[in-house]
This record gives sequence, structure tokens and C-alpha cells, in this order.
Amino acid sequence: MNFEHLIPILVSTVAAATPLIYAALGELVTERAGVLNLGVEGMMLVGAVAAFAAGIASGSLVLAFVAGMLAATAVSLLFAFLTLSLQTNQVATGLALTLFGVGLSAFIGRGYAGMPIERVPRLDIPGISDLPVIGPLLLNYDALVYLSIALYFALSWFLNHSRAGLRLRATGESPTVAHAIGEPVIAIRYLAVMFGGAMAGIAGAYLSTALTPMWVEGMSAGRGWIALALVVFATWKPLRVMLGAYLFGGVTVMQLYAQGFGVDVPSEFLSMLPYAATIVVLVIICRDPKTILLNQPASLGKSFHPDA
Amino acid sequence: MSLSSQVLQALWPFRLEQRPVPSSLMRLASPLIAATAMALTGLIVFLILGEDPMTAFQVFFLKPLSTTYDLGELGLKATPLMLCALGLALGFRANVWNIGAEGQLTLGAIAGSGIALFWGEALGSLALPVMMIAGMLGGMAWAAIPAFLRSRFHTNEILVSLMLVYIAQQLLGYLVHGPWRDPDGNNFPQSKVFVENAILPMLVEGTRVTVAFIIGLLLAVASWVFSTQTFAGYRMLVAGLAPAAAAYAGFSERRNIWLALLIGGGMAGLAGISEVAGPIGLLQPVVSPGYGFAAIIVAFVGRLHPFGIVLASLLMSLLYLGGEAAQIDLQLPSSITGLFQGSLLFYLLAADLFITFRLRRVRRESRAVASAAS
Repeated sequence: MNFEHLIPILVSTVAAATPLIYAALGELVTERAGVLNLGVEGMMLVGAVAAFAAGIASGSLVLAFVAGMLAATAVSLLFAFLTLSLQTNQVATGLALTLFGVGLSAFIGRGYAGMPIERVPRLDIPGISDLPVIGPLLLNYDALVYLSIALYFALSWFLNHSRAGLRLRATGESPTVAHAIGEPVIAIRYLAVMFGGAMAGIAGAYLSTALTPMWVEGMSAGRGWIALALVVFATWKPLRVMLGAYLFGGVTVMQLYAQGFGVDVPSEFLSMLPYAATIVVLVIICRDPKTILLNQPASLGKSFHPDA
Repeated sequence: MSLSSQVLQALWPFRLEQRPVPSSLMRLASPLIAATAMALTGLIVFLILGEDPMTAFQVFFLKPLSTTYDLGELGLKATPLMLCALGLALGFRANVWNIGAEGQLTLGAIAGSGIALFWGEALGSLALPVMMIAGMLGGMAWAAIPAFLRSRFHTNEILVSLMLVYIAQQLLGYLVHGPWRDPDGNNFPQSKVFVENAILPMLVEGTRVTVAFIIGLLLAVASWVFSTQTFAGYRMLVAGLAPAAAAYAGFSERRNIWLALLIGGGMAGLAGISEVAGPIGLLQPVVSPGYGFAAIIVAFVGRLHPFGIVLASLLMSLLYLGGEAAQIDLQLPSSITGLFQGSLLFYLLAADLFITFRLRRVRRESRAVASAAS
């Protein structure tokens, strides 16, 4: 295998990693505010179907992504209302959101199966995107890939260097203290959940318009859950989310190329790889309970009632 | 007091107030409220789809109850839901979140089918009992993975048990496309049809409901006895309600994790083999339309109580049948079932608020006091 063969693998790795990056970075912000939203899979599916439907109806990919974001944000609001205003159990409500999202997206998408949609175009700068090696490897992706990297930088700055990011983290570490010094804990958490929803919506939209430009029921195939695992794997740090997402993108792509390289393993076993890898990675990270205790937002998953 | 909150209070002069003690009436009423809210949502969805809401309602919720055959179908679909949910509820009550029942069900179907396909004839009348045991062991083995990883490596059982669902489905796909495919089956990805003595007997002539339904009911009673009458059940209950108290009393967390997952996995495995040895009769790429996930809703709607779960599984089964009837009679998409199931759980969680809280009308005097105080 020479370098020529490696380029398409690396390129598809980046594409497979991109939806994971959006979903996981969104969930990271939600969890840093102390809210565990297990509904990522459901929000992604709702985003995917809404983007696809809007793309078909309007013919505009920008509108498709806007629709995906809005739809997923809307269902995330449902979750926020239940867990933050009505204090329901976050685990149960998140599961409900996923089950609801699977059902809702299948229902909305019933007429769209098998329809073609224009794929998100790749960057194509004449003369530059054609450069050997660097061209295809760095300068020939769609806009969402570059935006995902920008999102990483923006979020790292926001969480670690901005005042608002500090308030968000304080809310996640100790809502009682944050409330006592006058922070609007519930409002901050609402915004964090909605941000997670919007990012899951982009991730879903990317699935149905860029990665595989079509609508298939349940097309996220567990990516929302892998994104949740990525946040744990990343010990709630954005940089490690990026590394983890590219690692998983690589594992996903490997199954497609393995047979091309003469690896004689039934395709079903190769398809198990990303899920098995998720388990292995979780075990490695969680092995030492201190790693989790030191990094996990202290109030993660716990309801907070300002009057109590 | 700010102007906006004054406006808000004028429009909505109520306030949530914690009840002195949780309301046991609301605990029972909440699933009924949720079911009613879901039915109303259904009416609105039917209206949006341009159907006559009353006709659609009748087709969806009443027609599946009209004949003996239909009632049999109700029991048939309630069986796997009941079996899975009974096991899951034991775990949920002990704060063990096994959400991979769908995978454990699949493994149960695989393990039991293995017996049926290779030793079905040889075992004679012993085939079914051995298959059922194999199915339970298959589900237990699959659930043992998250149990081991959580108790040994502190790995979150939600994510592990869920990942194992996808792995189980791929394994099933491999078997029916590969080594277990029927060589005379026109290349269809499915196993040979099980021999007669490896098929569960019918419960009522003219229906498809099998004896597995009775097994489910018996296990509901067993599950009730386990959680109310045994010390192991009590320990799990305490671990869920007051983890600190359980630790102080020296109740082993590991034992609870193992028990919850093994019981949950075993019941889901039993559900899986009951499906393939019942209505399906062979192994195929899809053995469940998401029963393992719907069982999560069943467990909550049934208040995590065995008898509640029996009722809730019948309700959820009705939603599956209603979806099918709506598809056949009204050409409505059957995915409407998933929509109803998801919204049912949302409504339930919201209605549960009123177990611990109540709405109180804010009186003028107290409003004046409140504004004076601020």
C-alpha cells in the first residue's frame, strides 16, 4: 500500500468524523452545563429528516441545514422543558427523546425514502484544490468540514477563556453556588441544551445531505450514541473530542476499505468495528474511576430546583 | 418583582408547590393521564393527515380489539414487551440502566435458534425447554458484558448495552446470510423453518398467541414476589431509592448490577426465543420491530411494577396493532406507532411531576406579600 491509496482513506475518515464532531461538541457543551441529554440519536435523526425535506422542498442546501438545526433545537427544547422546568429524570427523558425522535423522523420521512438530493459541494479552487497530496488532503472538503474545525477552536476559547464559558462551567460544577451568586442556572442550562440540539441537527443534516445524500429510516445508526461515548472518552475536553472523532471516523472507514485490501472477514464483522471500538475505548477511559471523577462536571445528570 | 414576572403571574396565576408527601393517587393516575394525552395527540395527528379523526381513532384504537384473532394478536405482541420490561424494571429500580434489551433479545433468538436448527429433531419433546433455556442464557451472556464492564471497570452500562445492540444485529445478519442460511431457501437470508416440535404451542385455537404469554404472566408474579418478598429484591430497591443507605448497610453494588443485568438479559433472551419459536418460526435478519426499546416505555408506563407492566405491555401492543391497522385500512404510515410510543413516554414523565408537586393558585394577598418582599 503506498501513499496514493492512503489519501482517499484519510479523506473519507474526515467526512465520517465530521457529524460526530458536531454532535459530540454540542453534547459536550450541554454536559459541561450539568445536563446529560441521552437524546442525541433522536435529535440527529430529526435534524437529518428535516434537512432532507427542506432541501427537497427549497432546493437550497443552506436552508436544509437551517431546517435541520431548527428542528433538532425544537425537540431539544422539549427535553429542556421537561428536565429543567419540570425536573424530570434526565436519563429517562433523554431515552424518551431518542425514542420519540426515531418515531417522529420515520413518520416525517415516510415519503422521502429513495429520493435523490444534491450533495453538499466540495471546495474547488481551480489550481489549488488540484495540487498533489495537499489538494485532496486539505483543500477539497465541503464547507461543513472546515466549519467543524472552526467550531472546535471557537468552543475551546469559549469554554476556557471567556466569561460566559466560565459561567456555563460553574453551572455544571455547582448549580447551587452558581445560583447563590446570582447566575440564572436554569436559563444557562436551557441555552446549553438548545446548543446541543442545534449541533446534533447539523450532524444529522450532514448525514442526509453530505455523507450519504439520501433519507433512510434510522440512518444515524447509533452515531448519536457514539457521540455520547466520545464525550466521556474525551473526558469533557474539546481537543480530545476531535481526536476521538477522527479515530472513530477512521474505524468506520476501515471497514469499507478492508475488503478492498483483501482482508477476508465477513462484512458484518467489519460493521461491528465502530461499536466494539466504542466499548473498548470506554473501558480504557473509565478503568480508573479517578479520571472520570476529576473531569466529569460535578452536577452532571442531577436536577436543580432554584427554590429548594 | 419585575414587570415580566407580574405579567406572567396575571396570565398564569398558579405556582408549583412541593407536596408534603408524594401523591399515591397521582402515581396511578399519571399513566392514564399520559395515555389520554397521547390519544388526543393522535386525534390531532389524524386531523393533520386529513383523516376523519373519529374513523382513524376507531381503526387505530378499537378495531384491534374486535375479534378473538385480534385479541390473540394483542397478547402475542404484548408478550415480548412484557418479558423485556419486567427485567428492565428490576434494573431501573436499582439504578441500573440496561437499555440494550433489544440486543439481548436478539442473542436469545440466536442461541435458541441454534438449538432448534441443529438439535431440534434429536431432542424431541425436550427441544422447546432446552431452546427456552438456551435463549435465556444467550440473553444473559450478552447482558453479562455490560455487567462485567460496569462492576470491574466502572464503564457506563447505558452506552455499552446499547452498542451491543448493533453488534448483536450484525451477528444475526452474518448468521442468516452465512452459515445458518437455508441452502434450499432461494438465497433468502433466513434459516430453515424450525421442526414442529421446536415451535411453541398455541394458547387459543384460531389465534397466534403462544404459551409464552402465560410464561410472561407467571414471570410477572415471580418478579413481584422477588421484589417484595425476598431480601435480594429489597437490597435492589434500597440501592435505587437511597444509594447512600444501601452502601452504609453494606449492600454490595456489584451484586445488584450483576443481578439486574442478568435477570434483564435472561428475560429479554426469553422474549427473543419466544418470537422466533412462535410467530416467526425461523431465524431471519430482523426478529423484533424494536420491542427491546419499546419495553423501556412499557417499564415506565407500568410504574416499574410487575402488574403495571402487564397492563402497559397490552397498551403498547395495541399501539403496534393500531399502526398496522392504520396502514392497511387508511394507508397511513405504520411509523405513526413510534411517534405515539415516544410521545406517550414524554407525557408520562411530565404527568409524573404531579406526584411530587401540585399546582396552587397564587392568591392576591400572597402576591402582594411576594412583591413587598422583593
